[in-house]
Amino acid sequence: MSAISRDEVAHLARLARLAVTEDELDRFAGQLDGILQSVARIGEVAADDIPPTSHSVPLTNVLRADEPEPSLGRDAVLAAAPDSAEDRFRVPRILDEEE
Amino acid sequence: MSDVTKLSASEIAALIADGSVSAVEVADRYLDKIAAEDGDVHAFLHIDADGARAAAAAVDAARAAGEELGPLAGVPVAVKDVMATKGVPTTAASKILEGWLPPYDATVVERLKAAGTVILGKTNMDEFAMGSSTEYSAYGPTRNPWDLDRIPGGSSGGSAAAVAAGLAPLSIGTDTGGSIRQPGAVTGTVGSKPTYGGTSRYGLIAFSSSLDTPGPFARNVLDAALLHEVIAGHDRRDSTSIPQPVPPVVEAAREGARGDLSGMRIGVVREFGTTEGAEPGVIAAYQSGVDALVKLGAEVVEVSCPHFSYALPAYYLISPSECSSNLARFDGVRYGLRVGDDGQRSLEEVMALTREAGFGAEVKRRIILGTYALSSGYVDEYYGQAQKVRTLINRDFTAAFEQVDALVSPTTPFVAFPFGSRTGDPVQMYLADLYTIPSNLYGGPAISVPCGLSEGLPVGMQVMAPTMRDDVMYKVAAAFETTQAALVAPAR
Repeated sequence: MSAISRDEVAHLARLARLAVTEDELDRFAGQLDGILQSVARIGEVAADDIPPTSHSVPLTNVLRADEPEPSLGRDAVLAAAPDSAEDRFRVPRILDEEE
Repeated sequence: MSDVTKLSASEIAALIADGSVSAVEVADRYLDKIAAEDGDVHAFLHIDADGARAAAAAVDAARAAGEELGPLAGVPVAVKDVMATKGVPTTAASKILEGWLPPYDATVVERLKAAGTVILGKTNMDEFAMGSSTEYSAYGPTRNPWDLDRIPGGSSGGSAAAVAAGLAPLSIGTDTGGSIRQPGAVTGTVGSKPTYGGTSRYGLIAFSSSLDTPGPFARNVLDAALLHEVIAGHDRRDSTSIPQPVPPVVEAAREGARGDLSGMRIGVVREFGTTEGAEPGVIAAYQSGVDALVKLGAEVVEVSCPHFSYALPAYYLISPSECSSNLARFDGVRYGLRVGDDGQRSLEEVMALTREAGFGAEVKRRIILGTYALSSGYVDEYYGQAQKVRTLINRDFTAAFEQVDALVSPTTPFVAFPFGSRTGDPVQMYLADLYTIPSNLYGGPAISVPCGLSEGLPVGMQVMAPTMRDDVMYKVAAAFETTQAALVAPAR
């Protein structure tokens, strides 16, 4: 039995904003199924009472003094953008319908 | 004058400090060698000749002015292309960042510059550090200087190959699941993953934030420790940076070089001995390595780490989950590629087309896998369970380090493999990190040191130590190194 279907992979790709091709869907579905089968044995470990570890460094609420510092210059940041206008990032159309 | 491309970093620094050679001459010699030989190896994605000469000239000027030079002043270094370098192209070997010029330096890069090292350029890697062979670079693979038909390991394959080929005496890599140690092993170089949080992630393009760790490559253990000391230490810009002094790694490497490990207990992990798929030649070289540790006076004992065999599946749930979140930042708005913006398509369509065109297959696979492992209905079964297993692996380490000072294992189950032999099946590629992943999940330091040859190709011995005991790791590694003939890639 496969762990993941082609339709599920297509759905996940949409969620992850990846416009994958039909060929990729065919290939990824098989490969991801193989990966999931190989990692599924993680379920063998009896770990119900075990607390999770998200991070190996036990630091919480790392704070620093709230001192104003210069940030990166606007022009330096916008220079890296694919498109900008009027000192702002220019983005593609966001609204679905013409206003 | 001796050929500086054959010397260690500390030897080069000594020659510059006593005036036998200028830093600019050293930089030029390396830049010439790169120009002549990197066409075959393809260790570099970008050469910064002007920046290197300027940095070298500054060291020479400082020396002329009578200023005291740091221990690596004037020594060339190559930097993995995942570290941000101000004004110098930084792509993470991805098309989605082609042409990006970072407006700032990573902390590691800042410290390299402050120490007077000379950055030669940026090295090739698997895209976003996801891979074990550099075959997943969007700009073509790096070739192993030992055999140009074979992989140099990954993801820091370019950094490893640069040092192995004599194109740089030192380099910087990053290690998330073995990406410094495995390329170190298969290229016959020393590759060290510091304690997680011991080196800053600020300016490291994130793959898996709870695991990513910058660290050094070098020709010998002392050089690696010298570079480690330059880049390590607390950084307030990284909230996971450990606010403690850097362990005395250089002192430990010098102490280890005396070749005496008497009084130390070193553990061999029982569960690694039964692992299927390790090559017999690798196991044989490793066994002689363990014998050498005994001859150095160490007491070698077997310890059990029962959950290590679940480290690989835990890693391949945790790291893709973190990657799917981290790589959401590549949206075609603030930097990098944008595709399909014709004035008609929506933001969401442009985003999906941009990410489809900009990411390679392995990156897409891991984003989809991580999205799956985090999705409602599966998150407890996969991501949550993996985090619990991470706790159990940490407990295995803690229990082991109550019995021994350090653990050893082979670095990777196989020597450098031929191109294309594992790209068809991601699971086969993932096995390269079988022995290296536990230390990433735990956070403790681990290093790969050359340990002889198998079928004419380098094998690595891994030394693992407790968190923030990087000094113990360097001591054992440096002592072990005294028992091994240096591995030098055949000249072309």
